[in-house]
Amino acid sequence: MGVGAADLRRWVGAFADTVVANEQLLTSLDSAIGDADHGGNMARGMKAVVAKLDADPPATPAALLKQVGMTLISTVGGASGPLYGTFFLRMAQSVGDADELDTAGVGAALRAGVAGVVARGKAEAGDKTMYDALAPAVDAYDAALGGGELAEALRAAADAAATGRDATTPLQARKGRASYLGERSVGHQDPGATSATFLIETAAATLPAP
Amino acid sequence: MKKLINDPADVVAESLQGIAAAHPELRVDHTNKIVYRADAPVQNKVALISGGGSGHEPLHGGFVGPGMLDAACAGEVFTSPTPDQMLAATQGVDGGLGVLHIVKNYTGDVMNFEMAAELAAAETGVEVVSVVTDDDVAVQDSLYTAGRRGVGVTVLVEKIAGAAADAGRDLAAVADVARKVNAQGRSMGMALTSCTVPAAGRPTFDLPDDEIEIGIGIHGEPGRRRVQAMPARDVARELVEPILADHDFTGSGGVLAFVNGMGGTPLLEQYLMYNEVAKLLDAAGVRVVRSLVGPYITSLEMAGCSVTLLAMDDELLQLWDAPVRTPGMRWGV
Repeated sequence: MGVGAADLRRWVGAFADTVVANEQLLTSLDSAIGDADHGGNMARGMKAVVAKLDADPPATPAALLKQVGMTLISTVGGASGPLYGTFFLRMAQSVGDADELDTAGVGAALRAGVAGVVARGKAEAGDKTMYDALAPAVDAYDAALGGGELAEALRAAADAAATGRDATTPLQARKGRASYLGERSVGHQDPGATSATFLIETAAATLPAP
Repeated sequence: MKKLINDPADVVAESLQGIAAAHPELRVDHTNKIVYRADAPVQNKVALISGGGSGHEPLHGGFVGPGMLDAACAGEVFTSPTPDQMLAATQGVDGGLGVLHIVKNYTGDVMNFEMAAELAAAETGVEVVSVVTDDDVAVQDSLYTAGRRGVGVTVLVEKIAGAAADAGRDLAAVADVARKVNAQGRSMGMALTSCTVPAAGRPTFDLPDDEIEIGIGIHGEPGRRRVQAMPARDVARELVEPILADHDFTGSGGVLAFVNGMGGTPLLEQYLMYNEVAKLLDAAGVRVVRSLVGPYITSLEMAGCSVTLLAMDDELLQLWDAPVRTPGMRWGV
């Protein structure tokens, strides 16, 4: 049993719900070291994504992922729009015309998405960005893939993302608006790594067949 | 916080409606939040677009018109516009000779303009070249940050590159002069008070009554340091010295000296500051050949100012003096 468009729709819906429920948290993390708009921008974008998917439900995984990416790019603005938008667009490219993804296919799509984030944002490990949650997540996914179970691999990815997110707190930001704070960015959890962890956690909660 | 607004959510849209109502020589696409010259696209001229978060007016929409920008994209307050806005503007201004994107160096702006340029290449035949401005010397450690921010020099790039396009130069040559202005210009700003983003409703940062922030950005980003309030002559020194330390402005071409109000500081004080800046430049052997004083790149109602110096030569002088007709800058016509 592979992952199809309906499963991805569940994931995107759960991510939207989580972002909206945590809008205040994301904004307060961002006001400490950024410009206090991450929660609002992501909530606005994910609400638009859900409205678009409801109005015109895409039939294939690639069409759905592309729709999500394009909507985020055109509604979020700031840096998060291009970064999350590119993540979903690169996933769509990786999926190709497959109707269903197996466990390796999900891993390849996630890795392609993360590669897109790096290409767009040029972040490196330890820069205190969303990449610090996403990079360990895809590594943990691949390491767990030996077992062949989607649920197991996604659980490992979610745990690694959360660990990576927590590890951003003592880091000094080297990318984005937080970098202007220099040493004053130390001691604050990165808002982008926080929303990226929601992305992987909601995948773990929704993608494996119920 | 008291503001002249109706609803925080409608600030950008309603301000654009006001621009359309006040300036029949401009055309506003309210769906995409783009301000165009009414006669765009101008055939057989390189077109210039810029854009960025709102809250810096007259930048960028107030600089649309003959001799400057062909269009400007407005984002939410302090939030970059999106690639589809920039793509629409690019297509809307192209007169067959390509489009220059003028981008201030902020992570979001750079990424969104980058995607717009990729979309333009993939989906249209329009040639796009991008120039990024990064003139803020307050950011010292540019290796470990997102780099120097684009501030006052952006205004000068839009004016001078606009004149180059009007003079019939091709896209590569217009981009070259834009890059030259950025390379030869430096800025440094300071704040007396914070700004208040309408949607947030409270000041972006807390600055005690007796303190000022030296090296502030135009979105309330932190500066180099906070110090006790001081007389204007000392503030001028805090701004001019780091600029002169960063670039040689003693060349025979002289400089354009630009004192910019941040939005909440009266012209009375801006001219007083200009006087202090001019004295320091004179003492440093820097010859001023052109000046600009006023609120041109603001940060909502933040009180404070910035100083920008641009090393001039005959080419830049001629382009600076060329006619311009926009809501925010107008001479020679």
